[in-house]
Amino acid sequence: MTREAVPATGRPLIGDGAAGDGPASAAPPSSPRRSVYARPSVLTERATHYCPGCGHGIIHRLVAELLDELQLAPRTIGVASVGCSVFAYDYFDIDFVESPHGRAPAVATGVRRARPDAFVFTYQGDGDLAAIGTAEIVHAAARGEQISVVFVNNGIYGMTGGQMAPTTLLGQRTTSSPQGRDPGVAGYPIPITEMLALLPGVAYAARGSIADPGHIGKTKAMLRRSFETQLAGAGFSIVEVLSTCPVGWGMTPVEAMRHVAEDVPATYPLGVVVDRRADAAKGKG
Amino acid sequence: MTAGLATRPRLMKGNEAMADAAIEAGCDAYFGYPITPQAELLERMAKRMPELGRTFVQAESEIGAINMALGAAATGAKVLVSTSSPGMSLMAEAVSYMAGSELPVVLVNVMRGGPGLGSIGPAQGDYFQATKGHGHGDYRVPVLAPSSIAEAVALMADAFEMASRYRTPVLLLADGIMGQAMEPVVPVFRTPRWDVSGWNLTGAAGRRPRVVKSLHLLPEDLERHNRHLQAKYAEITERETRWAGEELEDAEVVIVAYGTAARVARTAIERGRGAGLRAGLFRPVTLWPFPSRALAEVASHARAVLVVELSAGQLVEDVRLAVDRTPVFFHGRTGGMVPTPGEVVERVRLAWALTEPPR
Repeated sequence: MTREAVPATGRPLIGDGAAGDGPASAAPPSSPRRSVYARPSVLTERATHYCPGCGHGIIHRLVAELLDELQLAPRTIGVASVGCSVFAYDYFDIDFVESPHGRAPAVATGVRRARPDAFVFTYQGDGDLAAIGTAEIVHAAARGEQISVVFVNNGIYGMTGGQMAPTTLLGQRTTSSPQGRDPGVAGYPIPITEMLALLPGVAYAARGSIADPGHIGKTKAMLRRSFETQLAGAGFSIVEVLSTCPVGWGMTPVEAMRHVAEDVPATYPLGVVVDRRADAAKGKG
Repeated sequence: MTAGLATRPRLMKGNEAMADAAIEAGCDAYFGYPITPQAELLERMAKRMPELGRTFVQAESEIGAINMALGAAATGAKVLVSTSSPGMSLMAEAVSYMAGSELPVVLVNVMRGGPGLGSIGPAQGDYFQATKGHGHGDYRVPVLAPSSIAEAVALMADAFEMASRYRTPVLLLADGIMGQAMEPVVPVFRTPRWDVSGWNLTGAAGRRPRVVKSLHLLPEDLERHNRHLQAKYAEITERETRWAGEELEDAEVVIVAYGTAARVARTAIERGRGAGLRAGLFRPVTLWPFPSRALAEVASHARAVLVVELSAGQLVEDVRLAVDRTPVFFHGRTGGMVPTPGEVVERVRLAWALTEPPR
């Protein structure tokens, strides 16, 4: 069955307020019900393998909604990374290539250069992007590659059992920092998005969170801006999304969400770090 | 240039000739990183690919280059990557992924002395790496070993064709002399058959989405995938094994050598024959698949086999596995040193003296 044969779904409402979307599409006038929340057509009907309270489901949904809304799916090639989200290709009904650990920005470079008409995004966790993949992300950004990077930061290596990542908060206990992260031994959390924002090739860099519906809406607006940046041919863009890992953190899903809302932004401030297109439009560029 | 048309001889440097051959073969994208002694290949591509409206990217590292190649190959592009020994080690990870993901790509390794940073002189110390793996896991990569610049040009088109036909990385294994030397060449360029239909990523417009991946988490799935790969390697072995023989009809001592070592051997054979030593050359053109059966047959008529390498002894292991009773001798130089024809003649003489005619 082709994608086109999938029945059209109503436009989802969640998170759309901040993105400035219109109202949900109405069902036929004769029907007393209208669809206010539905599965984006780009998401497969497969149940995910993610743990209860994991943020990947929300972030997958935001990406899928945007691929639907911007009608990008038929020309999108996704690049999956290594970590819990390696199976992203099972949940998105689009072409996907799996990358070696950390190399997704280089793989995406190859895809985009070989197929300039494709819409290309990477979906990477913080172990992948901020540790083993630092060379690849920095140089893809420096080259101003026309790709969108979805950077999911939960401050831990989830898939391998909750070890410390370069993004782990100071004092945070993990299976490889059982006494808590000590900067004298393990250094400091890396603010990747701020670092990348220094590079002129980076057209857009922002950090959002999935702490609550308000933040989810703002994060979706950031992702939309990132995708539109690529569509405008304006350069590299990255949206870091502060996310959860209740199992790795030893918290309940509710505690984990509260942690993302209240504690994590002290180390990783939310907001747009750079938007060079907007700056140029205002004459700041 | 029209495919297959021979032109007047041109003085060509190996690295540049390989670049030209790839371009004439229709290479869509090149990714590389500067390293001696292959830098002229990258430089040639830097100049010519943009002129032709094709993709050239100088990556941040060999790791970056090979992963860009992975991404471009996933779209079905005809991709070339070149490097020298230390760079090949860095590329090993992604070569394993590409073998597992069944992606076509042509790799060039212009070998230099090792281990480690080694030297920038010619060497053949990457034979094990090239033929027995590179990265992790059960996979093979066809390895083509030219011993002249003209042959390197011809093998480039063959490499692309094999890469597409079998959906596999293919390695052109040269050495510092092959890369740096200049010789007159009548380049015979050819446009290879190239078919990526049915699997390449283009965006899923009008069809079911495709996934290019090497992950198969269920053991049953991965074993099935590995059996598929092994069946492919068996087919490559059956169909693509190549070698060349010179002066083997009456050879009492068979020299086995490839690349630059084969050229030294050729000179040694001429000199040896001048002195009454009947030696011949068995030159594997594919190092994997290795021409074991052909070598066993050739060796069975000889008194002795002498393996000559620019290494401490790597090819010799495959030769010993292939040859039945005939004694196998070895002569190798390393670190950028090259055996002289005189050394080889002496080894032939010694091998002859220490052995009996075959029964």
